[in-house]
Amino acid sequence: MTPAELPRWLEIPISVLLIFGGFTALLGALGLVRFRSFFTRLHAPTKTSTLGIGGVLLGSMVYLSWISELAVIHQVLIAVFVFMTAPISAHQMAKAMLDANPEMRPPLPDSGLADSPRIGNTEAPASHTGQDHDQIGPASQRPAHD
Amino acid sequence: MIGMAISIALLLFAAAMLLAAWRLLKGPDILDRVLALETLYTNAIAVVILLGLKFATQVYFDAALLMAMLGFIGTVVTARFVGRGDVIDHD
Repeated sequence: MTPAELPRWLEIPISVLLIFGGFTALLGALGLVRFRSFFTRLHAPTKTSTLGIGGVLLGSMVYLSWISELAVIHQVLIAVFVFMTAPISAHQMAKAMLDANPEMRPPLPDSGLADSPRIGNTEAPASHTGQDHDQIGPASQRPAHD
Repeated sequence: MIGMAISIALLLFAAAMLLAAWRLLKGPDILDRVLALETLYTNAIAVVILLGLKFATQVYFDAALLMAMLGFIGTVVTARFVGRGDVIDHD
């Protein structure tokens, strides 16, 4: 079945949106393959795939609205869902990597508050490294990162 | 022209899925594979939407919505299990 006919002024933006979405997803997957460490690899597809899927969903929304002659907004559901959940899953993956390999966690920046009499002179150490939390999971039994 | 654009976009998403599948097979960490699966899920949603455009129908919309939900749940559960050894905190 061939797609329905569209006027030219609508055909061009829809095509640009679809191909833009495809190129963006391809860029993200390329970053997933090419980057060296896990956190850079995490960065590439989680950001670009939301943009790619947004382009495709916007294009399909306009196209289906035109050919069915009423406003089709079902795709907004998927778009909102993906845009909300992609950062959450990326955050969960980054947290899982840091829980499994605590030595990869970067040190806290110097806040300049250690010398102040209100914070620096308490009994508890000022820099809490979260070790009592990290000993719960199977992080110690896990082999080191490749 | 719009049919050609849909085909080009399908090809681009297929190439992206191939690259993600390569990372899924190669690893090296478990979380790399989880990330590759998440990328595959997201690209598969777009492929399903594009197929719905190609056949000019809306019956594929439900499949795409289901895949969005299951991909998110699977990624979060797997990441928590790998990181903490447990999905739900018990303390």
